[in-house]
Amino acid sequence: MQTATAKTATQNACRLCNPLGACLAFRGIEKCVPFLHGSQGCATYIRRYLISHYKEPIDIASSNFNEETAVFGGSHNLKVGLKNVTKQYKPEVIGIATTCLSETIGEDVPMILREYVAAFGSDAPMPEMIFASTPSYQGSHIDGFHAAVRAAVKTFAEGGAEKHLVNIFPGMISPADIRYLKEILTAFDLPYVLLPDYSQTLDGGPWGEYHRIPPGGTPRSAITFTGSAAASIEFGSTLEASKSAGGYLEEQFDVPRLNLAMPIGIRETDRFFDLLEKLTEKPTPEKYQDERRRLVDAYADGHKYVFGKKAILYGEEDLVISMASFLHEIGVVPVLCASGGKSGLMRERLEELIPDMDENGITVRDGVDFVDIENESAVLQPDLLIGNSKGFTMSKKSQLPLVRIGFPIHDRFGGQRLHHLGYRGTQELFDRIVNTVIEQRQNASPIGYTYM
Amino acid sequence: MDTQNISLLEGREKQVYEKKNGQTEVDIACDTTSLSGSVSQRACVFCGSRVVLYPVADAIHIVHGPIGCAAYTWDIRGAVSSGPELHRLSFSTDLREMDVIYGGEKKLYRSLIELIDQYKPNAAFIYSTCIIGVIGDDIDAVCRKVEKEKGIPVMPVHSEGFKGTKKDGYKAACTALMKLIGTGSTEGISKFSINILGEFNLAGEAWIIREYYEKMGIQVVATMTGDGRIDAIRRSHGASLNVVQCSGSMTSLAKEMEEKYGIPYIRVSYFGFEDMSKSLYDVAQYFGESPEIMEKAKEIVHDEIRHYYPEMQKFKKALTGKKAAIYVGGAFKTFSLIKALRTIGMSVVLAGSQTGNKDDYRRLKEMCEEGTVIVDDSNPVELSKFILEKGADLLIGGVKERPIAFKLGVGFCDHNHERKIPLAGFIGMYNFAKEVYESVMSPVWQFAPRKGGIK
Repeated sequence: MQTATAKTATQNACRLCNPLGACLAFRGIEKCVPFLHGSQGCATYIRRYLISHYKEPIDIASSNFNEETAVFGGSHNLKVGLKNVTKQYKPEVIGIATTCLSETIGEDVPMILREYVAAFGSDAPMPEMIFASTPSYQGSHIDGFHAAVRAAVKTFAEGGAEKHLVNIFPGMISPADIRYLKEILTAFDLPYVLLPDYSQTLDGGPWGEYHRIPPGGTPRSAITFTGSAAASIEFGSTLEASKSAGGYLEEQFDVPRLNLAMPIGIRETDRFFDLLEKLTEKPTPEKYQDERRRLVDAYADGHKYVFGKKAILYGEEDLVISMASFLHEIGVVPVLCASGGKSGLMRERLEELIPDMDENGITVRDGVDFVDIENESAVLQPDLLIGNSKGFTMSKKSQLPLVRIGFPIHDRFGGQRLHHLGYRGTQELFDRIVNTVIEQRQNASPIGYTYM
Repeated sequence: MDTQNISLLEGREKQVYEKKNGQTEVDIACDTTSLSGSVSQRACVFCGSRVVLYPVADAIHIVHGPIGCAAYTWDIRGAVSSGPELHRLSFSTDLREMDVIYGGEKKLYRSLIELIDQYKPNAAFIYSTCIIGVIGDDIDAVCRKVEKEKGIPVMPVHSEGFKGTKKDGYKAACTALMKLIGTGSTEGISKFSINILGEFNLAGEAWIIREYYEKMGIQVVATMTGDGRIDAIRRSHGASLNVVQCSGSMTSLAKEMEEKYGIPYIRVSYFGFEDMSKSLYDVAQYFGESPEIMEKAKEIVHDEIRHYYPEMQKFKKALTGKKAAIYVGGAFKTFSLIKALRTIGMSVVLAGSQTGNKDDYRRLKEMCEEGTVIVDDSNPVELSKFILEKGADLLIGGVKERPIAFKLGVGFCDHNHERKIPLAGFIGMYNFAKEVYESVMSPVWQFAPRKGGIK
């Protein structure tokens, strides 16, 4: 029998480490190779983890620390590694992120990079280098993601006369979501720079020949323009300006930062489209108004299945906040909004979207692991779980259905093609949630209804 | 084709060899750390220790360090247990900045005490990760203290990622196991008894193998570490023979047990009819004083092959002439796979491993046909180059190799931790052939660019 729950250790973590997010973001820059300054294992584990979700080759280089490196510093290894990556991958950009090891021994990566450029700068071609500090003992994968995006902008953005374009920094979303956002912006006839864009690099077609670096990604040249954009749209309720690409551009080049919650649900998506209407001075294209109408209609058709259902929601803080707002508008109660992340802002931001959350029995917990969530679940008695694949263990144990969203999805097919954002993503989510409830009811009924 | 422009990296030439007539013998350089920046398919010391000890199901496995190492290895192997499942939980001391500055010993101590109280394990393994080697936590002292207080074995595993290669991780794991071995009672152990080493019970494979041996009248004292139990490991020094698969990870343990307890060992493989049969015969031969054991072994081999052979012919007919590429963790497995592939009519055009040694590669060269490329510690660019150049129809590897095959329109068989269908034993050979058949013969490849499917 299990007695008290151990609290010091983290059990079945509900978050991943900082460098993973950086590698993912670097994958969304054209002709860029992610490079981890640390042990071989970090790169390999992260590759394996990402591959299990995206089902695409994901090469991440490593400076491959050994004992000498740990004692005398990783400068030599990093330089040899950069040379080798340059030779083998012929990248235009190398995205370098640190690990707990290189951070702990106090590596001065920017200095090493300067030395490298000084020594080999005349050897053409010299890739551009982006550096993000991502010690695994701080924050979580989402911090690494934003750090890498900010570092990319910091490295490449140039100021200048305002251009007719917007930046869009959507955060950690699915390749399908990225494609959808690009489609929307194109439909509004609004030139944009979307960063990072791994919609093709992590969800692309077959290859007739081997590509050292998969085609796709935000071009380096486009990132240069972010400094002269008319505005930056940045998703992420808990993403602070001081840590974000949009924040940097606002501070450095006076590009206004327009921060939104991830557009999930009708209300938050309306806000996003309102903003686009304002920026373009054009109405929302008919196609999306149509999507919205169908969604409102679907809400009506499906509302009775889901009303009053209790859900436990977990994942990255920003995803959880927007999902909670969506669930709230369809009558599902997110009795627990949980995250392994701990920005300290989650509750406050959630309250802004759902002012009456306390009266509605919505609770928030950050910095949790799956054992914490399981313990909460025993008390809260939810009807379903909504989150990534890592909740399957508890879902099986407590016989609760799991609606898989976000990252990682390791135990179902097509996680990279799931939509979450906008009217289309909300429609998909709504359909899946309703169907999960229907399936439960159908399976639980001895009668075998064929109409549900 | 782009492959012609892919050249090997400086420092990699000696880890790639193509068997050609008249070529002077070159020793493949191996047993080295990976080249910086080469995108090795290898992991690290921690990974080596973690995979070896992972299946011990009634112990808790605590990863001492920041969260990543524990998160990425949570429930990572398909190593199943017939009883407790503590190995499927992920525990981390989750060190933060302040812990890195002030040291993580106290946090480790508290974590251990609490987790042992909560889960009542029969032992605990503490894995040190990279930064432990730098901040200098004395995990041995913490382990001794907790062991004393809690009365269960608490074993430090010195697996700092940067302190060598995956193989050094195997060694660290074996060191931890050696601390357990010899601490249990050997009462009631038959003289016809073995330990199964280097079998991790992926998809229940250890159960299949165990059943064969038990049918032969042999007692299996411990499997290390598949479906592993602390008590069984503690008394494993009472067995008469160690039967070692996965040579890379467990040979050092077998050697140590031979030295310390006088238990001889033999190396076996359970993949393919040929090697599977041999591993039963070799054990029977060791217990030659009991001829019934050999009789039983022959009976098993006969019955099993008779059962699966006819069905295999369908696969063989379809697959004859197809070409395979193999890239797996240990070289020993490649030997079996080459033979198994021959059974179904396939030839091998590329063979390689992450951690083979000189002897392994010498033997691999002898086994391979003309034109076969042999690689040590390869990378995606190299693997792709050779798969395309050699026109492989199949790649055998693990999760990291899978997308390379599928992107290029090549069939794939997962022969690594994540497999859910047993590939060991006679039934395993059937499953293997079926899986290869289903992937290579799938109609979907007609649309692959290399088959001219997409303009």
